[in-house]
This record gives sequence, C-alpha cells and structure tokens, in this order.
Amino acid sequence: MSERIELNKNLAQMLKGGVIMDVTSPEQARIAEDAGACAVMALERIPADIRAAGGVSRMSDPILIQQIQEAVSIPVMAKVRIGHIVEAQILEALEIDFIDESEVLSPADDLYHIDKQQFSVPFVCGARDLGEALRRIGEGASMIRTKGEPGTGDIIQAVRHMRLIQQQMRKVQSMREDELFEEAKLLQVPYNLLRIVFESGKLPVVNFAAGGVATPADAALMMQLGAEGVFVGSGIFKSGDPKKRANAIVKAVTNYQDPKILAELSKNLGEAMIGINEQEIALLMAERGV
Amino acid sequence: MRVGVLALQGGFVEHVHALNKLGVSSLEIRSTQDLQTPFDALILPGGESTVMGRLLRELDLYYPLMDLIAQGMPVWGTCAGMILLASELEGEVNTHFALMPITVRRNAFGRQLGSFSSIGMFEGIGEIPMTFIRAPIIHGADKNVHMLAEYDGFSVAARYDTMLVTAFHPELTNDTRVLQYFLGMTGCRH
Repeated sequence: MSERIELNKNLAQMLKGGVIMDVTSPEQARIAEDAGACAVMALERIPADIRAAGGVSRMSDPILIQQIQEAVSIPVMAKVRIGHIVEAQILEALEIDFIDESEVLSPADDLYHIDKQQFSVPFVCGARDLGEALRRIGEGASMIRTKGEPGTGDIIQAVRHMRLIQQQMRKVQSMREDELFEEAKLLQVPYNLLRIVFESGKLPVVNFAAGGVATPADAALMMQLGAEGVFVGSGIFKSGDPKKRANAIVKAVTNYQDPKILAELSKNLGEAMIGINEQEIALLMAERGV
Repeated sequence: MRVGVLALQGGFVEHVHALNKLGVSSLEIRSTQDLQTPFDALILPGGESTVMGRLLRELDLYYPLMDLIAQGMPVWGTCAGMILLASELEGEVNTHFALMPITVRRNAFGRQLGSFSSIGMFEGIGEIPMTFIRAPIIHGADKNVHMLAEYDGFSVAARYDTMLVTAFHPELTNDTRVLQYFLGMTGCRH
C-alpha cells in the first residue's frame, strides 16, 4: 500500500506548475486541454452554479465522467461528497485519475472523512490551515489544495488559507525539537507528519491553490504565496472568453514571477466572472469538513 | 557545467534537486530571457506533454531549443520529455520537437491505476528503480536508436546520438545513476 501512496504523490508532483480546470462537458474538457490544462475536474455543475441552484449537491453522473475521460488525454479528476465512501468506490471503479473529496458538494458525513488509505486511486482534499492539511494527509490524501471559497470569484479566502498554512509551517520550522509534541497536540495532527514539516519546511504532498481564482493575476498571486499549481473552477467557463482566459491563466502560472509577461497576457481577456464578495456569501463551503 | 531544465510545467524541481545533489549547477528555463544564460545540456522533465508543447510555442522557446538539440546539445527527456522528442506519437497527428526517430505510445499502461514502480536492467548501469506514472512506451524506432531498458517486453529507455529518453522517472527516486549516465554524455567533467 505504501508504494501506491508514493505513486499517487508522484502523479501530483507531475501536475505541479499546472492549472486544473473545472469542466461540465466533453466540449469544455477539450477547450481546457487545448488551452493547456494539466488536468480537468469533471463536474455536472461548476461551483458558481451549485451555489446559485442550492439544494443537495452530489457526485456527477458516471456517464458524464466517462465521456470526459474519452474526450481528453490528460488526467481526469472528479468530486465526491466529504465522507461518502461509496461515491469514492464508484469513481475508483471508473478508473478516475484523482478523487477530490470536496466541500463544494454537500457533505455526506459531518464527522468522518473517507479513509483514503483504503483506495488505490489518489485523493486531493481542501484545507484552510496546517491542521486540516495534515489531518487529510494522515487520512491518505496525496495532494492538498486551499479551500478558498468556491464559486465566488473572490480570491480573499484562498489567500488567507495559503498564507496561514505557510505561516504555520514557518512557525513549526522555528520550534525546538521537543516542542513538536505539544504542537502536534494543539494542531490535532499526527506527530510524524508534523515532524516532516519541521524538517523540510513543506507539506509532505503537493499543495495547490483553489477557490476564487478568476484572473491570471489571481493565479500568479497564489503561486507567489507558495502554491505549487492552481485549480480554476467557475473562473473560466463563467467568463466572457473562456478559451483565452484559460490559456492566459496557464501562462501566468508558469511565469508567475515575470510582471512583463503577466501584463501582456492580462490584456483583452473580456469580462471576468462577476463574482460575489465575501460579505455577500450566504453559504460558506470552506467551513465544511475540518 | 550547467544543465538547463525546462520549467514550464511538471516535475522540474525534482531534476534540479538531483543536479544539486551531484553538485551540478542548473538553470530553470521558462522564458526566452532565460536562454541568455549559457548551458551545456538540457533536461525535458515529466508533466503533461500537451501543456509543455503548447507553452514551448507560445513562449517562443520552441525554435531556440529545437536548434540547440539539433546542433547536438545533449538532451534527456523523462516521460513527457520523451514525448516531446519523439518523431511520431501513436494515434496523434501533432508532434513536438520530433527530433528522435521513435514512435511513442502515450499513457501506454492506462490511467493512474496503471502507474507502478519496478526494478529493471539499464544497459551500462545495471539494476535501477523505475517509477512509471501514466507512462508512455517506445513502440517503434529507427534502427540507429539504441534501446537501453525494457519492461515486460516494452522499450522504456533509449539513446540516439546525443538524445536520451526514459519513460520512467529516475528523478523521483534517490538513485542518480541515470542522471550521471546523462552527464557522461555531455563529455564534460562533473
């Protein structure tokens, strides 16, 4: 099993420096692949529409996921509800490349996350702070992403989560070795994982930004704050010119430290998604599954 | 000597770390600006070949790098990097640098569930760990291409002149012998 976990972490390493895009049809998946997505997330509804529609949001229809798998050659991811073991088993049966146990869908369990070590396919999970990140890794996640606030087009929460995770890691690194036990207790995380952060200054898996990325500048901002890649959900297919915006975000992630290139590719992208400000949000998805 | 590592997307940092471990300096290449620093060899890392192929062209790196490789700069492609070098991709019309006369089958072992690690013989080195992540294979090759390693009857590493390709990822293991083999191809001391 540990070899499987290693292989799954390795796949996440190959996604680094890339953009993972939410798509709701094979056509959108092809647009995303042509625009340079390193993977796609197959969904029935993007987060902005889930937010607008309300009601219970579940795993997508397997037929849609299969159609998207057939449409592209890049890895295909799909979401399951937090704690929904059977939705995860179904996605594994479809040979999905990555499962997102996601707060974007309605949680199936308000206490327990899926024991991801029981699966052969990799999982990515959202986190707002170091405690959440290391708990998910302890459960078997091969990749972490910030939760941000999905479907809002507002980057503030993703920034907050990424900064907090990085700050907490720097704090752990500066500790005396004998203080780690108490810190593990306070963060409610496995000691051995905290020890890896202490020694390496990094999470033991790849860490992406997600939730609220709408522009190339947003994507580059997250990379400068320490993200190793970016998920873009509603930001692309809720904008005026999805193809162009998608491609610009891909290039922004590669050249996130080059303002001249960023200025060039931010031009004439058409309308960005309208978005919702933090204060106007009725439902905070990020509070699901801690 | 200095080794350029294409840093558009994927597992390039792992190559940089392996080079550091051997005390070889590296250069991350992500824009034409970076090409102003001289380098002696080039690594094309793992990642998504569709992404790298597209960014190479859009960031104006395609022709400059192709010229360097064609002029004999030693190049090593791992996984997606091998796809970038292949002259033919099975079932696809688009190729990338297309400088090495091999036919490559992408995702030859299927999706992530088909990813695996193994130990295999590498000619000139011996047994090495091999990590295959949604890996391609070499399905056909010109007779001048020299095969270096096999897995289950499939060719997974080869050399052609100054070009080295591996379908697996030595940079994901602690074993630096394939990297040393590549550095040996540069003819420089390291």
